[in-house]
Amino acid sequence: MSNAPVDHGRRRFLTIATSVVGGVGAIGAAVPFVASWMPSEKAKQAGAAVSADISKLEPGQLIRVEWRGKPVWIVKRPQAMLDELATHENKLRDPESEVEQQPAYAQNRYRSKKPEIFVAVGICTHLGCSPTYIINDFAAQVEGVKSGFFCPCHGSKFDMAGRVFQSVPAPKNLQIPPYMFTDDNTILIGEDEGTV
Amino acid sequence: MFKNLMSWIEYRLPFMDKMNLHVMQYPAPKNFNFWYFFGSLAMLVLVNQILTGIWLTMNYVPSAEGAFASVEYIMRDVDYGWLLRYMHSTGASAFFVVVYLHMLRGMMYGSYQKPRELLWIFGMLIFLVLMAEAFMGYLLPWGQMSFWGAQVIIGIFGTIPFVGEDLTLWIRGDYVISGATLNRFFALHVIALPLVLVVLVFLHIMALHEVGSNNPDGIDIKKDNDGTVEQTEADKKFTFHQYFTRGGKKVIVDAIPFHPYYTVKDLLGVAGFLLIFAWVIFFFPEGGGYFLEPPNFEPANALKTPAHIAPVWYFTPFYAILRAIPHPFMGAVAMFAAIVALALLPWLDRGKVRSLRYRSGLHTANLINFCISFVALGVLGVLPAEGVYTLLAQIFSFTYFGFFILLWFYSKNEKTKPLPVRLT
Repeated sequence: MSNAPVDHGRRRFLTIATSVVGGVGAIGAAVPFVASWMPSEKAKQAGAAVSADISKLEPGQLIRVEWRGKPVWIVKRPQAMLDELATHENKLRDPESEVEQQPAYAQNRYRSKKPEIFVAVGICTHLGCSPTYIINDFAAQVEGVKSGFFCPCHGSKFDMAGRVFQSVPAPKNLQIPPYMFTDDNTILIGEDEGTV
Repeated sequence: MFKNLMSWIEYRLPFMDKMNLHVMQYPAPKNFNFWYFFGSLAMLVLVNQILTGIWLTMNYVPSAEGAFASVEYIMRDVDYGWLLRYMHSTGASAFFVVVYLHMLRGMMYGSYQKPRELLWIFGMLIFLVLMAEAFMGYLLPWGQMSFWGAQVIIGIFGTIPFVGEDLTLWIRGDYVISGATLNRFFALHVIALPLVLVVLVFLHIMALHEVGSNNPDGIDIKKDNDGTVEQTEADKKFTFHQYFTRGGKKVIVDAIPFHPYYTVKDLLGVAGFLLIFAWVIFFFPEGGGYFLEPPNFEPANALKTPAHIAPVWYFTPFYAILRAIPHPFMGAVAMFAAIVALALLPWLDRGKVRSLRYRSGLHTANLINFCISFVALGVLGVLPAEGVYTLLAQIFSFTYFGFFILLWFYSKNEKTKPLPVRLT
């Protein structure tokens, strides 16, 4: 055993240096454990955004695309439909879209980025059935409203911005997914400027 | 021969010494009442959960495709599978019943007060892990309520500003709750959390034995050996481990050895508990829809939301607080604060007298207020959040937190009754 006096400064330096290096190593070793919880490549692929060509969409036409296992509607609304949205707001449960069922850019009367293009998840917020699109024949459901969505399961009604009418089972407006226009003819559903 | 073997072992591993220290020569206050059953009962239920849990994994398939069917397979085709499953699912509810009563006991007799703060903290950690364990276990049958309940609870993390969305993605491992979520919850439920739970229970008991058990009078049974303490004939009858007398610095009065006195007494508690437990398992395994909720007999369906999502009964008091506050994140904060407030009891209660028996009438009234608020929140948590229910939940959340605030104010200069010198 050496009888040399203890160099406390040196000992403290070595203790701290060892702890720091060891701590960095421990953090590094934790990375794979933490990172393995993120969605796998397979899950990412299944949940990836889908693009749709909207160049051939006629006014009033609805097309469906599948995103993350859910039907997403894309409707080209003519001006008459857009004008109608302002006329029945007293009959709606949440006309201002205050419940967070949409990205911030869709919190407006049209619940969309471009007024004429309406995008929504086509699943009733009551029990998950898919409502039917009724064009020009909706007055039988709600007086004075020409077009809308009617859920055949329990009779929930939504207007052409996916806003739910009062006194139906569905509690909330239809959900609007994140989306963006990559060019004038293509829409990407599942991603927007905020997430890219 | 046997004696030689025993001493050979004892020399290398002091097994008998530790048994004496913690069981045969552990001094326990002689006045434990029925409220002291629930600690040993909690351990019994833990063993039940581990044992039945291991057996369930032998037939359970942890995948989104196979989980629901495998639970039905256990229920219908595996011999006694139904019994093992019901013992496990009823055991979960029984666990919370005994733990809540165990916690109330601690609150009544001030068992969290100095020097038992760390013991209380370990207990609260056990409670937290137990809640995580129960939540993850409830996803495994992959029924409708499993799925949508998990959706709601994981959604709570999503309310955290800035990181919430990414955090929920990390927890789920997918954009929706999927097989990835189910498998990781399974791993945590059957391996990770039980290990943590067992370690915490060990620490809880070690911390208990270091400071000694409290009792309904809330006074110490280990007195300073300053020559003024007179031991009765009964006190001199028992030998306690020398560790507890701290080499003659302490005199132990009004104590009995844990074994055989409390092992036998706890056996009575066990018998009573098993009677009720078996009755529920055999006649009300679903607990009237509160232990196993009706929508959970339907497979999980991401496209179909049940009309009314309510967590299992033991979460409802905290769930009611969450919903009482209109702002989602602040609701989550309040819910978490409701648990943190309990953990901080040793410091919120500034009183020196432990037991309800010798504290002020105000304290008793306040504790009754706490119990009423907790039960009322529990009832409101199963009811839909609308109209008068929301208002009531807000009122009872207020009185729940009011308990802690009031306690902090009056406990400093509380008018207490004189403490007895010896246990009554």
